[in-house]
Amino acid sequence: MPEQDQTPQGPVGNSRRDFLKKSTAIAALSIASPVLAKAAENDEKIAALFEQMPLKLEVNGVVHTLSVEPRVTLLDLLREQLHLMGTKKGCDHGQCGACTVHVDGKRINSCLSLAVMNEGKKITTIEGLANGDNLHPMQEAFIKHDGFQCGYCTPGQIMSAVCCVKEGHANTPDEIREYMSGNICRCGAYPNIVDAILEVKKGGQSL
Amino acid sequence: MINFDYQRASSAKAAVDAKAKSASSQFIAGGTNLVDLMKKGVTAPDKLIDINGMPLKQITADSKGITIGALVTNSEVAEHPLIKTKYPLLAQAINAGASAQLRNMATVGGNIMQRTRCSYFYDITMPCNKREPGTGCAAIGGQNRMHAIFGTSDKCIAVHPSDMCVALAALDATVHITGPKGDRKILFTDFHRLPGDTPELDNTMQKGELITGVYIAANSFNKFHYLKIRDRTSYAFALVSVAVALEISGGNISNAKLAMGGVAHKPWRLTAVEKFVMGKPANKETFAAAANMAMEGATTFGQNNFKIKMGKAAVTEALQQASQKI
Repeated sequence: MPEQDQTPQGPVGNSRRDFLKKSTAIAALSIASPVLAKAAENDEKIAALFEQMPLKLEVNGVVHTLSVEPRVTLLDLLREQLHLMGTKKGCDHGQCGACTVHVDGKRINSCLSLAVMNEGKKITTIEGLANGDNLHPMQEAFIKHDGFQCGYCTPGQIMSAVCCVKEGHANTPDEIREYMSGNICRCGAYPNIVDAILEVKKGGQSL
Repeated sequence: MINFDYQRASSAKAAVDAKAKSASSQFIAGGTNLVDLMKKGVTAPDKLIDINGMPLKQITADSKGITIGALVTNSEVAEHPLIKTKYPLLAQAINAGASAQLRNMATVGGNIMQRTRCSYFYDITMPCNKREPGTGCAAIGGQNRMHAIFGTSDKCIAVHPSDMCVALAALDATVHITGPKGDRKILFTDFHRLPGDTPELDNTMQKGELITGVYIAANSFNKFHYLKIRDRTSYAFALVSVAVALEISGGNISNAKLAMGGVAHKPWRLTAVEKFVMGKPANKETFAAAANMAMEGATTFGQNNFKIKMGKAAVTEALQQASQKI
């Protein structure tokens, strides 16, 4: 684990900020000049080097040692750097739940979590739920009850549903609806999602 | 999102020192409001100081009261056995807010520090005195269905959206703070402020200060209810909410605390109503009179006129529900 109170290495603060502003100005001019465009591109590449922060986290049992910009969300890290596309970007503002993942066993919106704030954490995404070729009981139940139509919200629904049962908030259909309200399904598969979760709850399997 | 520097602070001193070094830095805990505001371009700090390494994750209780560390998550508070049994109003209010995922991320300190806001505050193409002082208020004369009816000014009519804070205001909590000048305490009802001429200020914290925890004194209330009315059954901001704590003995109200959400720039305590119901029988007549009194002095802005009628009904219903609880 890195030491606490660390600061990013390399030029930071005002100098870096001014540098970025300059880059933007050059980029604006570049419409008229391919040479400047190339210069701006190089500037951005250098700027990117300045921004990186070291980050070590575990995703679906695999430890990753990475470099990320502080502004990269956990969602973008999973999708764009680790190429785990199962976690979906819906609203990107914590309102739809499509990006739901587990961090140290708790469901969160990965779109509102900065990747650098997950140092040392254990992340589970939809890709990490099945045991080899054996689907997770919640995945089985979603298929059995037709708990989706287009499927875009489904990874988030399933990740959220697993925690809903684990937390002990899946005792009645009303309680499930309340504790699953952070996951929106625009196809309206809600009745089937509730049925799937109820079945897993009643099955009593270890999740 | 505009990039920024990022630094971790694992002690109060490290956090306060880091904040003092960078004027436009901000503390980050759960980030559920701050990251969202940064994505929308509403705020763009030069530096984020991540305080999640600070030792503020404990709930400690004794016979006098309970102290909740600033970094305890909303769901941890709501699920804590002592909160559920001794302060059920707080658990109920927290569970009425946001979603399960957000409650797992959001902290007690962060919930208190979330911005008082409206849709125009979020829309950087529109005037907003809170976001950009002096530009005007687009909500006055605009879309103001969600907006305040108490304590407004001609500069701002936004509401503080927290449910947790409504319960903490009713329970007379105290906010514990640390900062460059040392530690201090602020009464919860004095923590958030009305917009006046400076709507850019949501609260009475001084520059560089940080919430370390919340204290709630033990109380003798035996009846509680948090009623929230919103556009959908779950996961929406309140149109109107009411937190009620009552002590009823022999059919009479011997002590009462009430606060409303969704009606003001801060959690709105109903102190006049509390005085009025003291000693009165816990019945429909008392509740109806209390509800009328609660809505006295309300000012509406067109689309939110309904909040007066809804507010009266909500206060009556919340008192009724609380009084019927065993």
